[in-house]
Order: sequence, then structure tokens, then C-alpha cells
Amino acid sequence: MNKLIKWGLPVVGLGVLAAGWWLGLAWAPPDREMGDVQRIMYVHVPLQWMAMLAMFLNFVAAVAYLVRSNASWKLDSTAESAAEVGLVLGALGMVTGAIWGRPTWGVYWSWDPRLTSEAIMLVTYTGYLVLRRFVEDPDKRATWSAVVAILGAINLPIVWFSVRWWRSLHQVQSSPKTVDPQMVLCLRVSAIGLLLLTIAMLMHRYRIALAERRAEVALPEALPGTGGAASVHDTPKVA
Amino acid sequence: MSTPRPRPIGLIGATLALLRKDLLIEWRTRARLNAIVFFALATLLMFSFALGPDTRLLEKNAGGYFWLAILFASVLAMGESFRVESENACLDGIRLAPADARAIYLSKALGNALLLIALGIVLLPVMVALYGVKVVTGFVDLGTVLLLGSLALSAPGTVYAAISSNARARDVLLPLLLFPLVIPALLSLAKATSLVLQGDPMNQLGSWLGLLLGFNLIYWGVGFVLFPRIIED
Repeated sequence: MNKLIKWGLPVVGLGVLAAGWWLGLAWAPPDREMGDVQRIMYVHVPLQWMAMLAMFLNFVAAVAYLVRSNASWKLDSTAESAAEVGLVLGALGMVTGAIWGRPTWGVYWSWDPRLTSEAIMLVTYTGYLVLRRFVEDPDKRATWSAVVAILGAINLPIVWFSVRWWRSLHQVQSSPKTVDPQMVLCLRVSAIGLLLLTIAMLMHRYRIALAERRAEVALPEALPGTGGAASVHDTPKVA
Repeated sequence: MSTPRPRPIGLIGATLALLRKDLLIEWRTRARLNAIVFFALATLLMFSFALGPDTRLLEKNAGGYFWLAILFASVLAMGESFRVESENACLDGIRLAPADARAIYLSKALGNALLLIALGIVLLPVMVALYGVKVVTGFVDLGTVLLLGSLALSAPGTVYAAISSNARARDVLLPLLLFPLVIPALLSLAKATSLVLQGDPMNQLGSWLGLLLGFNLIYWGVGFVLFPRIIED
């Protein structure tokens, strides 16, 4: 069963994603104004959705880690894997968005609320992952990075709100009612494919993170950096 | 039995006692204030070189440069505020006193804010001289901006300084964590200061100050709640 999920999920995800992108490239009609350029939507929009989903998972895991008194390494590993996967997806989403923006807006980048918030989100979670690398003690790393994750997540709506007072250029989201049903179908298929693939990546990264935590707690002397065992607590959490 | 138990001091009492201790250390050494004043002065000077001799350009963007100088200096000041405590395990001593961890947060954040306000007061005349700005809407507005801005930078900055002072590569870590977080504050501070210095015909100052106030409420609240988890052992 475990092996089935481990290998089946990415294969099915890739298959569905390939089907969605093929439909989007070959079957769906081109946009009336943007033409074929619009077809990048089937890559860009699912990437952004999944990045948001992963960051939300990171936030939930961070809150749960701080709130629960007997928090386990599982929550910490979930937070780490979600931040990493979300950062990759968000960076790809931003690149595809810039590629779309050049022919459509005439520029790769504009200071509109959504683009600015996303850029700040990517910097925030880069800082989060850097912090994790710079703290050796796994207990402190988990707590501190949870605090940083919460502060960073709270910041994003504030950024969005404050930049909105500058100006806005980003396209208003289309609702399924105003969009050609063929386009909606392509987008949904692509999104489901990427969702399966995201879950597979999260599970894989989570397994690695949890194994790392367990190894760190079991063998503190093996930690890199100064002190080693001296900086680690004597009471390992039950993972 | 015969020894009188010390009267427990509350959160505010502990905060004030710790704040007094920090201010006394600062007054006797003046290490942090000297360092950040000269650092910020150099930054203001460098902006004028980076932009060339066009005084109109400098005057127009003075608000942004002023707060960037304070932000860069604040990273130094806040990083230093916990380095003092990590010598001789002072932080453990304070916590065994026992002092409420939240009182430690409030005293450190208030101390950092006071330092930034002092820095702003020193920088202002320099900015008037270097950039040729005028305080159009009055010193009350300017003081409000300075107060809210210093508080807004020190609330999240103190939380992150406590974290990064214990991590490796702390000098890199603090700006990396803090800068993306204070972007809304920096944006509204630059806007608000520009309005104060160039006049506010559209009455926009109030909304930017409101945004700053909200930013402050959120981060002082979150910092107050989360800080004890950071320094627990």
C-alpha cells in the first residue's frame, strides 16, 4: 500500500498534468485578446494555487507546533517540507507569470499588490529556510522557525493591503462563469495533476525531514558545528 | 520564616525595572547610540553621493532615505541589545530572578524603540541640512510618525534579534528575516514622512498613520504572545 502511493501518486500526477497541459495547448481555444500567450495560464495558475496551499500547510503546522504541548517532530517536518515545496512552486509560478507579463503588459514585472506580496512571500520563506539551516539544536530550530513562519504569514495580508494603496495592475481573477468551459476544464485537469504531484513531493520531503530529525535526536554528537551534544536537550521528543 | 518575602512586582514593574537597567547600561557606555548615530549619518551621506548632486531629487525622496538609514542602523542596535545579555549568561540570570519573559520582551522592545527615536531626533537636523527639506505640516505630525515608526521597527525586530542572537551567522540572519517583514511599515513610513515634509493637500497622512498603528498593534501583540516561547529552555 505504502509503495503503491509512493510510486503511483507521482506517476498518476504526471499523467494527469500531461493530459491537462496537452488539452490546454492543443484542444482549448486561444484567448480572444491575448491569443496563444494565454495558454501559459494552465501552468501558471495551478503552480500559484499549489504554492498557496503549501504555504498554508506550513502556517497550520507552525501554529499547531506552538500551541500543542506535546508537539512531535512530525509537525516540524511537515512545516519544513511544506515551506520548501511551496517555495519551489511559488518561484516557478513567478517565473511563468513574468514570461506571461512581458507580451501582455509589456513588462516582466510591475509593483502591483499581488506580485509584490508574492515576491515578499518568497523572500520570507527563503529566510525561514535559512534560519532552519543556521540553528543546530532541533528543539530550538523547530520553535524559532515556527515563530518566524507565523510572523511571516501574518505579514502577507498586511503587505497586500499596503501595496494596494499604491496602485493595481494585475488581472482580476476570472470566474468560471465568464470563461470558456473548455478552458475551465483544462485548468481544472492541470490543477488536479499538479495537486497530486505536490502531495507526492510533500510526502517525500516529509519522510526525509522526519528521518533527519530522528537521526539528530538519536545521535546528537553527529550534529555539525560547535558543541554538538552540549547544545542539544536531553529529553528527545517522541517522534 | 523570619526573612521577609520580597513583594512580587507585576508585569509592568518588571518591565520598568529591566528597561531602567538597559537604559542605565546604555547611558554609561553609550556604545550602541554612538555606533548607530554615526552609521546612520554615514548612510544619509552615502545616499546623496549615490544620487548625485540633484538636491530636488534628494528632497523629494528624503522620507524614504531617512527611514532606510534608521532601518539599517536598527539592525545593528537590535542585534546588540541581546548580545549584551548573552555575555555571562545574563539572560538566564534575569529569568531566574524571576522575571516574566514577556516583561523581557516589552523592556527590550521599548528600549530599542527609544533608541531609534533618539536616533531620529539626531538625524532630522542633518537631513534638513543635507537634503534641504522643510517640515511643512508641523512637528506634531513628524513626532507621531517618528514614534509610530520606531515602535513598528522594534516590535518584530526585537523578536527576530532574540532568535538570531543565538543562531550561527546572526549578522546575516537578522536583516534577512526582518527586512521582508517591515516592508509595509517602511512603505507607509516613507509615504507619511514625505507628506509631512512636502505638505498633505489630499489629507492622506491619516490613513498611512492608521496603517502604521495597525501594524504596531499586530506585531506588539504577536511578539508579546510568542516571545516567551523563543527564550524558553
